[in-house]
Amino acid sequence: MFETFILLLDSTVRLSTPLLLACLAGLYSERAGIVDIGLEGKMLGAAFGAGAVGYLSGNAWVGLMAGIGVSVGLALIHGFASITNRGNQIVSGVAINFLAAGLTALLGQSWFNQGGRTPTLSQGGRFQNIELPFAEALRDVPVIGPIYSELLSGHNILVYAAFAAVPLTWWVLFRTRFGLRLRAVGENPAAVDTAGISVVWLRYRAVIVCGMLCGLAGSYLSIAQSAGFIVNMTAGKGFIALAALIFAKWRPGYAMFACLLFGFLDALAIRLQGQELPGIGEIPVQFFQALPYILTVILLAGFIGKAVPPKAAGVPYLKERT
Amino acid sequence: MSTGQLPRWVDLGLIPLINLVAAFFVSGLVVILIGESPVEAVQVLIWGSLGFGEGIGFTLFYATNFIFTGLAVAVAFHAGLFNIGGEGQAYIGGLGVAAACLLLDHIVPWWVTMPFAVAGAALMGAAWAFIPGYLQATRGSHVVITTIMFNFIAASLMVYLLVNVIGEAGSMQPETRTFVEGGRLPFLTDIIPGVDFGTAPVNFSLILALLACIGVWLLIWRTRLGYEIRSYGANPDAAVYAGINPVRTIVITMMISGGLAGMMAINEVMGSQHRLLIEFVTGYGFVGIAVALMGRAHPVGIVLAAILFGMLYQGGAELSFEIPAITRDMIVVIQGLVILFAGALEYMFRPTLVRLFASRRAPAAAAG
Amino acid sequence: MNKALHTNELGTSAVPAIELRKINKRFGPVHANKDIDLVVAKGSIHGIIGENGAGKSTLMSILYGFYEADEGDILVNGSPVRISDSKTAIALGIGMVHQHFMLVDNFSVLENVILGAEDSGFLASGISRARTELKRLEDEYELRVDPDALIQDLPVGLQQRVEILKALYRGADVLILDEPTGVLTPAEADHLFKILNVLKDQGKTVLLITHKLREIMAITDKVSVMRRGEMVATRQTAETNMSELAELMVGRSVLLNVEKQPAKPRDTVLAVEGLTVTDTRGVETVKNVSLEVKAGEIVGIAGVSGNGQTELLETIAGIRSATSGTLHIAGETIDLGTRTPNPAEMRQKSLGHVPEDRHRMGLVTRFAEYENAILGYHNDPQYSNGLFLDIAGIKAAAMAEIEKYDIRPPNPILKTANFSGGNQQKIVLAREIERDPTVLLVGQPTRGVDIGAIEFIHKRLIEMRDAGKGILLVSVELDEIRALADRVLVMFDGRIVGERAPDADERELGLLMAGVEGAGA
Repeated sequence: MFETFILLLDSTVRLSTPLLLACLAGLYSERAGIVDIGLEGKMLGAAFGAGAVGYLSGNAWVGLMAGIGVSVGLALIHGFASITNRGNQIVSGVAINFLAAGLTALLGQSWFNQGGRTPTLSQGGRFQNIELPFAEALRDVPVIGPIYSELLSGHNILVYAAFAAVPLTWWVLFRTRFGLRLRAVGENPAAVDTAGISVVWLRYRAVIVCGMLCGLAGSYLSIAQSAGFIVNMTAGKGFIALAALIFAKWRPGYAMFACLLFGFLDALAIRLQGQELPGIGEIPVQFFQALPYILTVILLAGFIGKAVPPKAAGVPYLKERT
Repeated sequence: MSTGQLPRWVDLGLIPLINLVAAFFVSGLVVILIGESPVEAVQVLIWGSLGFGEGIGFTLFYATNFIFTGLAVAVAFHAGLFNIGGEGQAYIGGLGVAAACLLLDHIVPWWVTMPFAVAGAALMGAAWAFIPGYLQATRGSHVVITTIMFNFIAASLMVYLLVNVIGEAGSMQPETRTFVEGGRLPFLTDIIPGVDFGTAPVNFSLILALLACIGVWLLIWRTRLGYEIRSYGANPDAAVYAGINPVRTIVITMMISGGLAGMMAINEVMGSQHRLLIEFVTGYGFVGIAVALMGRAHPVGIVLAAILFGMLYQGGAELSFEIPAITRDMIVVIQGLVILFAGALEYMFRPTLVRLFASRRAPAAAAG
Repeated sequence: MNKALHTNELGTSAVPAIELRKINKRFGPVHANKDIDLVVAKGSIHGIIGENGAGKSTLMSILYGFYEADEGDILVNGSPVRISDSKTAIALGIGMVHQHFMLVDNFSVLENVILGAEDSGFLASGISRARTELKRLEDEYELRVDPDALIQDLPVGLQQRVEILKALYRGADVLILDEPTGVLTPAEADHLFKILNVLKDQGKTVLLITHKLREIMAITDKVSVMRRGEMVATRQTAETNMSELAELMVGRSVLLNVEKQPAKPRDTVLAVEGLTVTDTRGVETVKNVSLEVKAGEIVGIAGVSGNGQTELLETIAGIRSATSGTLHIAGETIDLGTRTPNPAEMRQKSLGHVPEDRHRMGLVTRFAEYENAILGYHNDPQYSNGLFLDIAGIKAAAMAEIEKYDIRPPNPILKTANFSGGNQQKIVLAREIERDPTVLLVGQPTRGVDIGAIEFIHKRLIEMRDAGKGILLVSVELDEIRALADRVLVMFDGRIVGERAPDADERELGLLMAGVEGAGA
């Protein structure tokens, strides 16, 4: 039972990682006042970029750089539309999702001729799991052994990076000048402007950070969790991350717990598939798939706490004529 | 600043055209990137979508879907609401259509089943939009986010229902049984004399879609409710001052919007597939956003934009057949670019045009 | 140049803190600032006065680098500078307290103060320096505020203090305040003036933008008057008086002469008893107000804006809910504490309402004129044709109103945003008056309206009164109240603090409006 539980948590960690990276990505963007429903598209673009370049180069790090590059490129399109041109941020996000879905499949087919997927990556093209020190030695110690060796050890570097990004993000937001300004511009851009700070450049930086983190999230899917890109491999994870961001009320610490919760639901669904639960019967897998969205709607409705988004989120900044 | 004055025809005609050209220009670059000729691609696309009866038939079939989802987004726009849940509302709308067809198809002819199917589709779509609308109106939960969530909830719900509840017994496919004659809308090629759309499934739903356009036009610009919707969308404070109930307006608008999206299911389920199956919506709901944006939330514009997107769908299918390197995903790319240029970058070319027109007018004014 | 030198001789002999020469700024067709010259002496409080839309805020935004002037020179301490953004202005020692505060609501005072002046990439050092510095400023200028409080928890007066601290923290020598008392209670305003005097004593230069004559007279050393984008005069405050300034501001004698016969009040058509209104933040904005309006009289409510007049009108009109109170109208008694606000229902009781702010509430500016002509009355049977609106009929009715009220251009299908302020106001008035209501609520009927239209509007209101209607008029322009009203109620801090005849002593009314207890009693 304990073993099973550890295995469940272990897969929770793996499934939460891309959500967490994308969720933190969205956090930077939305905290700066740029609503981003294009997390999904950026992840998908990054997964493709990383998969393709990881395959061609045989080097995971080069692949990762490519993934981040693609994602930042898409983020800049979103920035150009919503910051420079003051376009509708929702519409721009929808466009990014379409572009990524179409281009990855189209180019994948054109370049690799395998129905849109990339060929399987070599060992060097993927991030390998890292054994923490003494993991092997401690394996048989009761309780601590499984927790350390199974749950904490044996993940790839992006998993550790994702969880390290949580305190880092908190520190950046609440302890640095960049974070102060970022939070300010999402609440009241006019205050930032009159304080002599460029709203445009600040928001672009937030959007670029968002692109970088989405790049990590997407790359994780294609060159860490799997060994290559497949068509539409994000399968809605970007939207779950968005739900998690709302669920976390735009706070880094809560974001981690929200993503772990949603990852856990996913792991549980896989675990329980086709199994009868005593007294309940078989719970349809679709229930677990829908649960994150249902929970988020309930939260949004204000039945469990209140999710108040950054005040200026989604509103293009325009100097007012007085 | 993009606040300068431009002649009406520039705002309503030239700017959308320029945006469209920009989207297609970039699409051309993508075609070049994969080593094919954009000129040839355009030729195939236009021929494939308009060059022969069956092509036109398919174009119109797809356009029917887009008219419904485009109208859905447009109606919500007028109330200042962004309903991006057309996808889920259309999907759930399929339940209403299927219910009517499964119950009636053995007993009555199609034209008796149709009103029930229409009502079922509209009711189910409206019901699915009701909750986000109600939460927006009473609890301030942003309708954009809740409708996204409801798209996913709808997807899970429909898979569950089709697999476990209403799927045909003994079938491996998650779908209902196929309807018989009484649950099938006639193909236009069979009812309009002298027209040959080949095997294209364009059906009576197109007429329903055009009627819906007229209905939406009347609703928005000719009824008290439409007046209230537009007032609320343009100035919520003034609407309250005028005695317009915001909760009622938001909820009703969302339900009309959801109902229109739901009616898209008639075309697919009763008009073409003749059964309810999973994922029959596949992005039509989202494309409705692009259609409504391009059509400036006006039914005439929506019909034109829907035909354009219908051409892309059908021409794109033809394209992937003629030039295999350009897969159907190219359509998704073009849609993305159109949404980007016509929607998010709507005003990109405007300042340039304002300057252009200002400089053209200035010498004229000096002369006069 | 000559003029500048001339005014300079009147002031102090030192180099002026700020000098503007021939500043021009256009927004499309609007010429917001025309050839503005201005000299501000160091260590003085310099007022700039003008009506709404005279171009004061634009001029100050140019000085603060929020906009750049199309033409003209700016000199700070005698040397020419180019202020392309707020950053440059701050570096030059110019600070600004905006009309709408530029604060982040969910930040602490400290965080707001250091935003944009953080010292380094990490907050810790900046925060601790700011804490010490705030303590010093507190002692020096008597600007007390809890550095760790969140802005959203502070009252408006303290929020403004944070804005001043922000400017001082950045080392401002010149402080611009844009309509600083608009949101303040009189007590808070007095405190602000004390602070400004302390600042002046410490050698700072203050530029005070306002449209309130009393403030100018109370605190400034010198005053410049703006009218329609132009600087029309500069005076030593001690050598001028309110009526001269008022005349300069509006370009005409402000004594509004409205021809009218004495009122012949009849039955009561509107009565409010014990009305109390609480806003969404839980603040009582209207406190136990009772009043009566009789047929054939105009009751004027005088008061500084923000003393509950808006809430009073909106509650009577059925837009806001109240905590308690009763309303007698059209022979019915309504319990305001329990009713669901419904403006449509109030209209059916023959209550018309010209809202204070036509852009926010009275009009949908995106609509065609004829569509606004039925706003609030769109459910009336005469505008419907079965299920549909009778568009032709509505246009015809709108056209009739256009002719009767001389609304220009006379085109009912023109977008409302394209009408001038005065004509927009006439659209609202025509709509409300032509329904021939028994009671008419009128808020700020002539705000931002040109003189010709003002006279027209005043005449129409008197005509309505003479036709036996009851009018409740709210205006922050005391002159307008005195010219139109038959009885004047003064509102202060949510209460009716007194009733006077319209020809009562202006000073006495002023004291009542300022909340001075027992004024004139």
